[in-house]
Amino acid sequence: MSWMERLAGKPEKADGLGALAALHECEPGDLAVEEALKNFRLSVHAWSDAAYGRPRTAVQVVRHRSWRLAAGWALAGVLMAGGVSGGVYERHQKLEHAKIAAAARLAEQQRAVQEQQRLVREEQIQEEENLLAKVDSDVSRQVPSAMEPLAQLMDDQAK
Amino acid sequence: MAFGTALEPMNAATAAELAGRALENAAAEFTCVVERHRPQIFRFLLASTRDVDLAETLTQECFLKAHRNWGSFRGDSSAMTWLMRIAINLQKDHWRNRRMQFWRQTQTNAVDLDEASEWLASGEGSAEKHLLAREQVERVWQSVKGLSERQRTVFLLRYVEEQELSEIAQATGLSEGTVKAHLSRALGRVRAELGGRR
Repeated sequence: MSWMERLAGKPEKADGLGALAALHECEPGDLAVEEALKNFRLSVHAWSDAAYGRPRTAVQVVRHRSWRLAAGWALAGVLMAGGVSGGVYERHQKLEHAKIAAAARLAEQQRAVQEQQRLVREEQIQEEENLLAKVDSDVSRQVPSAMEPLAQLMDDQAK
Repeated sequence: MAFGTALEPMNAATAAELAGRALENAAAEFTCVVERHRPQIFRFLLASTRDVDLAETLTQECFLKAHRNWGSFRGDSSAMTWLMRIAINLQKDHWRNRRMQFWRQTQTNAVDLDEASEWLASGEGSAEKHLLAREQVERVWQSVKGLSERQRTVFLLRYVEEQELSEIAQATGLSEGTVKAHLSRALGRVRAELGGRR
């Protein structure tokens, strides 16, 4: 069988007599039923022809697709912006933490230096105080013997 | 040896050319099939579903499936019968698969019987005849609505598409006897509908 024969199939019957004749064959014919079936067939054909030839509304589909596309791009944009801003924020946070840590380390070092300086100063003060105390004790021990003759003179004049 | 090497490239080129021609022929065949049978497939699906959008979608799916399997079509039956079989299976699958739940909910897309009955062939004589024809068509739609899926398919193939019993049997995968039985029951219902309200 050639493809032309395969495609040819059965020609469409214009009057529907074949099926209606078969109706007679199957069961006793009824004019009303035959007429109703004929009208039904013609009605379906008319409806189908009208529906088949109606203009297709492809615009809605395109709009739907473009809307989806736009939504997809918007979502991708939002995600990308979120990712970038998240990265930037995280980097900023790291830098801030590093700055704070550096400042804390510096402050700690300064505090240690100040503490050391304070200890040195205290030590110096202590040394000075010790020296002064020694001088005082030395002086207080020598003055009374040096002043002894003057004291005796004062006593004699009073008598 | 030299002879063989000289011939081999030519054979390969010829084979490629032949394959190309075969593909072109297949594409041309299929284009003819679409142009010739698309309205009929659409009509059958429209009558089955009473939903223009759904009928269009199923028609598209039918020809897409046919295109994919065109190479395996051996021509045991006519192209129309083969396509109708695909359409019937698609329709069945459509109502049975999971997505069908969604379609069931939106079954309101199917037009009312009144609306479906409004379509009449032009050329009816008087207004009275027109009214009578419309009433008859509505009653047939009413009885078709009450048929089982298989009875409806057989009925529509017979009385709308005017297919032979053997063709219906091939398209539906039923025996001719079963087709006759379904037709008889469907006709009985139509007769009852028309007779009961006459």
